[in-house]
Amino acid sequence: MQVPARFEYEKASSVEEAVELLRRLGPDAHLLAGGHSLIPMMKLRLAAPEVVIDIHELDGELRYVREDDGVLRIGALARHRDVLESEVIGERYPLLRDAETMIADPLVRNMGTVGGGVAHGDPAEDLPAAFVALGGEVVVRGPGRERTIPIDALYLGPYETSLAADEMLTEVRVPNAPDGSAYIKVERRAGDYASASIGVALRMSGGEIEDARIGMCGVGSTTLRARGAEESLRGQPPGEELYRRAGERAAEESEPIEDARGSAEYKRDLVRTLVARALERAVERANREGAR
Amino acid sequence: MRIEVSVNGAPRAAEVEPRLLLVHFVREHLGLTGTHWGCDTSNCGACTVLLDGEPVKSCTLLTVRTDGHEVTTIEGLWSGTELTPVQEGFHQEHGLQCGFCTPGMIVTGTAFLERNPDPTEAEIREAISGNLCRCTGYENIIKSIRWAVEHPARSRESRVGSRE
Repeated sequence: MQVPARFEYEKASSVEEAVELLRRLGPDAHLLAGGHSLIPMMKLRLAAPEVVIDIHELDGELRYVREDDGVLRIGALARHRDVLESEVIGERYPLLRDAETMIADPLVRNMGTVGGGVAHGDPAEDLPAAFVALGGEVVVRGPGRERTIPIDALYLGPYETSLAADEMLTEVRVPNAPDGSAYIKVERRAGDYASASIGVALRMSGGEIEDARIGMCGVGSTTLRARGAEESLRGQPPGEELYRRAGERAAEESEPIEDARGSAEYKRDLVRTLVARALERAVERANREGAR
Repeated sequence: MRIEVSVNGAPRAAEVEPRLLLVHFVREHLGLTGTHWGCDTSNCGACTVLLDGEPVKSCTLLTVRTDGHEVTTIEGLWSGTELTPVQEGFHQEHGLQCGFCTPGMIVTGTAFLERNPDPTEAEIREAISGNLCRCTGYENIIKSIRWAVEHPARSRESRVGSRE
């Protein structure tokens, strides 16, 4: 039987209270949202916080998915399922819907939260790579302060983020919707973590790719951004050869290691192929949008 | 820690350790052994229960998290006299072999049909993708849920009659 080590349990009734508890209890306390990453780690004793601060009662404050003045805002306690079922996401940010259909399974998506998935810092989590592609940022609250961190500056290493011990992620924001986007994941079986996943978001102008961002999941010790591949796309007319070269470049930028989900070589091959396919799909979607 | 939780419609109060997982609370403290304890890793779905009406994996839920909420187990789906359409579907279509995954499948299938009463086969497959059948009897499980779609609760009496 897998049982977590003993811990003390606190329940926060507001963000303010959660942050105050974090400040008072220090780095041995851990926030618990949906628990579908933290509890399995606690059961395996890979995590053993002395205090667990349950924040599920903050749904009223932090469970939302909406677009205000062109800015997408997803509250930290929005469930994966809320993202999957959101109309604005399906229409304007289709890579998030692509990603969510592939994250875990419907039961886990009823509990698992966006904030938890992003703050956990697991390099095999899909949402961080999707938000890297979207140029997202996270809103973070600490005692008496609030700050915004670009998502590609959030991850320092596996399960390590730039959040301070007394800070809590409260919202993920995407400042601008892309013209086209796509997320593609290869997994060994339904609900598994990725062998590799790629998120692409781009902006088109006059038939050319004006700007593109590529997030990579499962192929490094953190979520990666393929900056070289992005650069190779800028100002270019879309086409198969361009996608192929961007895939090559992204494969060079990936840092996969061999594990149960495949050899490093296989994962690099996946990056090469998935980048090209995701670009093709994102451009198709942008053209379809443009034709409307 | 003291909690008060509604289980299958009845209020329950209990003193529990914060680390107690919900699957062990319902099986060992409440004696509701219809909820099965399977993989312990939130993969198999044998431990599926409804939390405030939504199917969740009770091996990955702290019992204290349910304080003030509603939990429904497989026992709570049964009225005490007749089978629900999904249960009847598993009977009619031989939706179980060893039966270990069945409570989770039925709880998941029931909640799914509440939200989507007329699903495609692909939607049924997606809905149960978090529930594993170790006998690999998925075809009949899908037919069983399909049976419930085609025989909603209202026509139950004639159905029971025709079976006997």
